[in-house]
Amino acid sequence: MNDKPALIELRHVGRTFRIGNRRVKAVDDVSLVIREGEIVCLVGESGCGKTTTGKMVAGLLPPTSGEILFHGRDLSTLRGPDFRRYRLAVQIIHQDPYASLNPAHTVESIIGAPLLRHRLASRANLRDRICELLRIVDLTPPEDLLDKYPHQLSGGQRQRVSVARALTVNPSFIVADEAVSMVDVSIRVSLLNMLTRLKETMGMTFLFITHDLAVAKHFAWQGRIAVMYLGRLLEVAPTSRLITEPLHPYTQALLMAIPEADPRLTRSKPRVQLRSLDIPSLLALPGGCTFHPRCPHFEAGLCDVKAPPLVALGDGRYVACHLVTQGGGAA
Amino acid sequence: MSTAGSVVRRASGGLGTWLRPVIRNRAGLIGLIGLVAFILLSFVGPLVVPLSTQTDLSKVYSPPSLQHPLGTDFQGRDIWAQVVHGGKEVLIIAFISGLISTAIAVALGSLSAVLGGLFDSFTMWVTDIWLTIPHFPVLAVIAAFVKLSDVWALAFILSLLAWPTLARAVRAQVLSLRQRDYVEAARALDLGTRHIVFSEILPNMMSYVAISLVFSMTSAIYAQVALVFLGLVPFATNNWGVMLSLAWTRGTIFYRGSLLNIMSPVLAIALFQLSLVWLTRSLEEVFNPRLRASA
Amino acid sequence: MESSYPAAERRDEVILRAEDLSVEYVVRRGVVRAVRGVSFELRRGEALALIGESGSGKTTLGLALVGLLPRTARVRQGHVIYRRQNGVYDVLSLSAGELRRFRWQECAMVFQSALNALNPVLRVADQFCDTARAHGNLDRAATYRRAQELLRLVQLDPDRVWRAFPHELSGGMRQRVLIALALLLDPQVIILDEPTTALDILTQRAVIDVLRQLRRQVDFSLIFISHDLSLAAELADRVATMYAGAIVEVSDVYEVFERPAHPYTRGLIRAVPTVTGDLRQLASIPGSPPDLVDILPGCKFAPRCPDADEACRTEEPQLVEVGPGHFAACHHWQKAGVSTL
Repeated sequence: MNDKPALIELRHVGRTFRIGNRRVKAVDDVSLVIREGEIVCLVGESGCGKTTTGKMVAGLLPPTSGEILFHGRDLSTLRGPDFRRYRLAVQIIHQDPYASLNPAHTVESIIGAPLLRHRLASRANLRDRICELLRIVDLTPPEDLLDKYPHQLSGGQRQRVSVARALTVNPSFIVADEAVSMVDVSIRVSLLNMLTRLKETMGMTFLFITHDLAVAKHFAWQGRIAVMYLGRLLEVAPTSRLITEPLHPYTQALLMAIPEADPRLTRSKPRVQLRSLDIPSLLALPGGCTFHPRCPHFEAGLCDVKAPPLVALGDGRYVACHLVTQGGGAA
Repeated sequence: MSTAGSVVRRASGGLGTWLRPVIRNRAGLIGLIGLVAFILLSFVGPLVVPLSTQTDLSKVYSPPSLQHPLGTDFQGRDIWAQVVHGGKEVLIIAFISGLISTAIAVALGSLSAVLGGLFDSFTMWVTDIWLTIPHFPVLAVIAAFVKLSDVWALAFILSLLAWPTLARAVRAQVLSLRQRDYVEAARALDLGTRHIVFSEILPNMMSYVAISLVFSMTSAIYAQVALVFLGLVPFATNNWGVMLSLAWTRGTIFYRGSLLNIMSPVLAIALFQLSLVWLTRSLEEVFNPRLRASA
Repeated sequence: MESSYPAAERRDEVILRAEDLSVEYVVRRGVVRAVRGVSFELRRGEALALIGESGSGKTTLGLALVGLLPRTARVRQGHVIYRRQNGVYDVLSLSAGELRRFRWQECAMVFQSALNALNPVLRVADQFCDTARAHGNLDRAATYRRAQELLRLVQLDPDRVWRAFPHELSGGMRQRVLIALALLLDPQVIILDEPTTALDILTQRAVIDVLRQLRRQVDFSLIFISHDLSLAAELADRVATMYAGAIVEVSDVYEVFERPAHPYTRGLIRAVPTVTGDLRQLASIPGSPPDLVDILPGCKFAPRCPDADEACRTEEPQLVEVGPGHFAACHHWQKAGVSTL
């Protein structure tokens, strides 16, 4: 296991939004340690709070409860230059290639702005530095792209410019929020390979947010996957173990539900029958374990009463399920 | 780096890229031609066409002729000359008032949206009050105290009354643009509030701002003409509003032969407004790089 | 461009056939040839998957099949032959009134942004009744009974859903309501455009299972358009892959995954990660789809194909039979399995 120091640590982090006069707990009691050079995938369906968590980690949204530690220091205590240093160390890549770049700016302007602002390049070597960054993200020849506007680039190219922009400030941590979901399948792999290269050559740490477990498996094969549901962490484990031996019933249901690109495999795959197809609304969360209305292993009197805490099972595995931690096993 | 200013510069600097979208849009082209025509008419025209203030009672309400293309008015003076000379003040007030009110509205509206908190609440409170004040009675009251015949004073006061509505609209636009991913990226890159407002948000609003500018010009013209028409502004010079007012008070509507006397200023004002409005049709294209650079 | 699609061995009746269909869009830059000489057949009761990425022309093709192309598009040539009990006709030559009857009664299409296709101010009940009434069925009670039956078929609780507004239902529920609505008038053909995109994994699973069950219980043929190969693996009987406006491969679903003959299909399959099963080497396809305005001669996939040679760059390959019921448009399909892709 990775024994590098913790880069980012979330301790019982929560985020509540107020909608009208109701409160929505988008993220509830999430604790996670991300070490330097690690790839952690945050996986879950829409509304599970993974994007909100990503934004909190990137410093774009403050948590309403709990702390986020950066190199051991609580973010809320950081002021002025310290906070700025943190801001630049953690960058975000967005999902929608059509919305992540300002349509009124050229590529040169988009990448040049942070370089000039933070004096990371002088006007003399600005172009060279921009081209260097474009080459790192496999946009060659870079000179051809400098004067282009975002609408003149393809989705894949736009995502790469997004990454280049993030790299301008020499971050050590990148939050990729569904960064490949809106890109064609045939280009997805090369984008992921490029990101993997960043990890290998620059020691970049990643929090990779996705709803696609297959992509998570391939990108974070050497890393870990954390599964979220309705704002809570249900299971965390090294990727290979999570895929082959999922412990939480929700993880099992997810893995079984994914269609595979192989007709023989996918048509004979066993499915987990959930008790209900309805996803509860965040405004009316079920009591106890949030998954209990749908869980096939639901145990009345336990699962609907007490919320299971995230328990460490050793070997880097964590599960929030009464039946698993009680040794009954949800097989 | 692209700021709002450089977007404007780029939009208007490269004549090819700027003219093409205007020419492509028929209405926009006509609007542009009309605008240019009126500017030439009102600023260059007076150098060419002399204004006669001599009354000639033998020529009262004479029909159009070579000598008097639009005929003569109730005092036998040439209408065409009056139209030529009467535009300058109207246009100047329109441009200045439009520019000032748009500048105030954009500045306050966008800062309000970006800074939020107390500044936002206060600004919104001010605009709320301003919006409930009926403009005309206020203008009438002000007219009693301030010499509104001064072009600059009038322009300034008109713009002070016009900015609140625009500011609210700008604020709404900025609030929505603030949610965009690229603005969030700019925050993560710590590019600063000033950069976010002027480099990220405003360039994407330029067409909206330009169109708002045009419309604040049109409302300034109407306000100004109405003021003159109602006699709230003493007329020292002759402009379209004055022409209209005089024609009205002289009872030209009761006499068929004097149609041109009252219709000329009306047409002049209406055609100018129309040119402005039609010009806005192509402004959207001018400022939107996606539409502009599709060649 | 002419593409000859040899009539396959008829196991069953062909109810919809596209013949050499070409559709183009007029844009400022020129003419975008979105669909170029596409021919295919849909048989009774079968599910055909049209798989392609952005720019492949699949959505345009879907719209052309039901006569719903936007005004900027024009059908340059081709026919869409539809067979009913009482005759055969070309959908593209129907009058506006006939087309309206064709849509929904014969062929229903559920769009990509289907989640927003429901009128937000109408209850589900009203959507059903309005649709029925628009096609001449005024018997509200009969509509109600049929709708209830269909809602149950798509795993929805009719009592819960009937009087609900769209915003009260989740995305997956809305998608299923739309599928039920599509079946209301008992069409022969249903076209689904990206039915599971934008849906969560578990919701996707519900929709896929519902579709599979429906196919067993209701008699209709299905065309679904998607970029998701795994959806084809789940539901399709036959798969057609599209690239740059043309069908480059079509065959039985098992065949196409086990022995893909066209380099693009092979590339797609190798680019999709699987969850269960071992970790495999994924490969992306370098380059990007071609410009459909200034079309270069030859095979459109050649710039991205590692096996392309001069022949590929000069002559566009036609669909040829590479196996029973298996067609591919590639000069070098025999190299399948030997290729480095």
